[in-house]
Amino acid sequence: MNKEQNTFSGSRSALAHPPIVQMAHGSGGRMMHDLIRNFFHAHLVSDQLQKGDDAATLAMGSSRIAFTTDSYVVQPIFFPGGDIGDLAVNGTVNDLCMCGARPLYLSAGFILEEGLAFDELERVLQSMAAAAERAGVQIVTGDTKVVDHGKADRLFINTAGVGILEHDHEMGARCLQPGDQILLSGPIGQHGLAVLSQRQGLEFSGEIISDTAPLHELTASLLAECGAAVHALRDPTRGGVAAALNEWAETSGVEIRIAQNKIPVLPAVQSGCALLGLDPLSLANEGKMLAVVASEWAERALQVMREHPLGRQAAHIGEVKAGSAGWVSLRTELGAWRVLAWPSGELLPRIC
Amino acid sequence: MDVNEPFRNPNLAERLLKELAADPQPAVIMEICGGQTHSLLASGLDQLLPRTLELVHGPGCPVCVTPVEMIDKAIHLAENRHVLFTTFGDMLRVPGSNSHLLAAKSRGADVRMLYSPLDALALAEQRPDKKVVFWAIGFETTAPATALAVWMARQKKVKNFSLLVSHVLVPPAMRQLLSSPQNRVQAFLAAGHVCAVTGWQPYQAIAEEFHTPIVVTGFEPVDLLLGIHRAMQLLRSGCGRVDNAYGRVVRRCGNEAALNRIAEVYCQCDRTWRGLGLIPASGLRLRDEFAEYDAEKIFDLQSNHAAQTGPCISGLILQGLKKPSDCPLFSVDCTPEHPLGAPMVSAEGACAAYYHYKTR
Ligand code: SF4
Repeated sequence: MNKEQNTFSGSRSALAHPPIVQMAHGSGGRMMHDLIRNFFHAHLVSDQLQKGDDAATLAMGSSRIAFTTDSYVVQPIFFPGGDIGDLAVNGTVNDLCMCGARPLYLSAGFILEEGLAFDELERVLQSMAAAAERAGVQIVTGDTKVVDHGKADRLFINTAGVGILEHDHEMGARCLQPGDQILLSGPIGQHGLAVLSQRQGLEFSGEIISDTAPLHELTASLLAECGAAVHALRDPTRGGVAAALNEWAETSGVEIRIAQNKIPVLPAVQSGCALLGLDPLSLANEGKMLAVVASEWAERALQVMREHPLGRQAAHIGEVKAGSAGWVSLRTELGAWRVLAWPSGELLPRIC
Repeated sequence: MDVNEPFRNPNLAERLLKELAADPQPAVIMEICGGQTHSLLASGLDQLLPRTLELVHGPGCPVCVTPVEMIDKAIHLAENRHVLFTTFGDMLRVPGSNSHLLAAKSRGADVRMLYSPLDALALAEQRPDKKVVFWAIGFETTAPATALAVWMARQKKVKNFSLLVSHVLVPPAMRQLLSSPQNRVQAFLAAGHVCAVTGWQPYQAIAEEFHTPIVVTGFEPVDLLLGIHRAMQLLRSGCGRVDNAYGRVVRRCGNEAALNRIAEVYCQCDRTWRGLGLIPASGLRLRDEFAEYDAEKIFDLQSNHAAQTGPCISGLILQGLKKPSDCPLFSVDCTPEHPLGAPMVSAEGACAAYYHYKTR
């Protein structure tokens, strides 16, 4: 842990973080990244974990599968455009898709707080069922626990998922190469802002609803058309596009350059962010995809994405360079270059 | 329709930049507000301005100027198990003399981040078992809302609600900066949102007395350029007066209803600013009629006069005498994850802006 170790000694005492978990460790930014790298990876050692992808890819007999898990603690559990139920299905489905797998089966574990109303639980289950049907997956096993009032916030859900890999090329966070192009499937920031505005009772023009959606068709058609030219996929959830790109740049040891004026942002999100002092690039998405594609395939890939309703507003936002390894650079609307840093701190806790 | 859209227009920005580049006169201009500092760096405007023009970053980050002593008081209060402590997000991570609120929260204190003091009042109504304290920080921009919360608490006879007030006022700080023998600032960009409340009238006397142009300025890149452009015009013609480059939001007399609300609930008091020291009549405190809502009077908050210690040079940065990049700790030991000073914590702090938007 060396430099990341938190201590209360020396001149940093006043300001060092205490050696305990804080909300910022869950926000998808640098602190969470460091916690995983320095703590979890130190104790739970496996090649798959070290790869830092959304799901593990494993050989099972003659086939390869993808396997992933995610817990959902979003608060409030109902928000504009979705609820914790469809989020729990779509999030895990998308983690599988981003490894290039076709999602098949999900498990669902529930932690219910004493006092939760049956009709709320029912609404959540209904939307889980609808989301599973839309994504073409079955929820095949589950678990339920109830805890005392006050020991959980109404309802937490864990889902794990299994999918089958129908291609055999290597892709993921380590596979970015200089010259690759970066595509984004649509406007960013909606989920993060929708949850935040609901939580804070902020009245935005009603235009901002979560983008939660399963991306399996989008990834399937992209892989069918462009195959091994697709080097990496990611759904930029917590920490947003900024965190996803920084993670890629670090893992592949490349520089990523993007142009601000190419990044689609809805006007309502833009003005909501201005009001709250937030950057759309750091906000969570739950139905968007970043794709890294070999240069000669970029145009075709963009076309394929735009043919799907969830990729209608897809954009070509930047490229991979050998440049300065680990950096993400952004060309501002005015044409100056600056760094796009990791989002930091407790931005929007519990958005998923 | 986004009314700010035209003020991000790259073509307009380019035209203004060309005009500025044609003017060889060197100048030092201070943007008061941390939001403007962020916009300057986020848009890359700092890199595009002519080298003859130096922008220095002012003390307009309420989180940054809150002294250590006040932060210690807040933490002390938050750790009282009868208290539910609430404030704006950035305050949670600002270091006091040996901890910060987020650390207190991780240790079990009930600390919540809110977007509005009215939410704190609502919380007080929901939680009669707790004493809900809202830490009222900020400039004239946030004061109307905190004043309204207290006023409504009295109206509704809510007894378990109070404010820890550390509001500060911009004009006295400008006076202090201009009076300093070390001052280099030749013109100010005044903070648009503060002026939306106060109007630009209060700045007129300062501009005249110190013969210094003050331009009310907004936050989009083109707003900043318009502000700088006007400031240069005023400097060239030797005019010490106020000009308004944020007319779509700011009026001469400001927002009368908001000002009345502030005056009804608060009165001026001396206040210590981090980096600037004690400035007479630069803060707000609750009027005696509202003493029952004043956390400093309700709770026993000993003042320990903790001073800023350690190697952080935020005091010099807040006075515009140094840049974050002049600090030897910047981005080496001091990062947003391990901040050694308030300007690295706050979203409006100059050090955080330099860190987030650094160039190579
Ligand atoms: S970089 Fe850190 S230590 Fe240096 S002045 Fe800024 S906040 Fe203080």
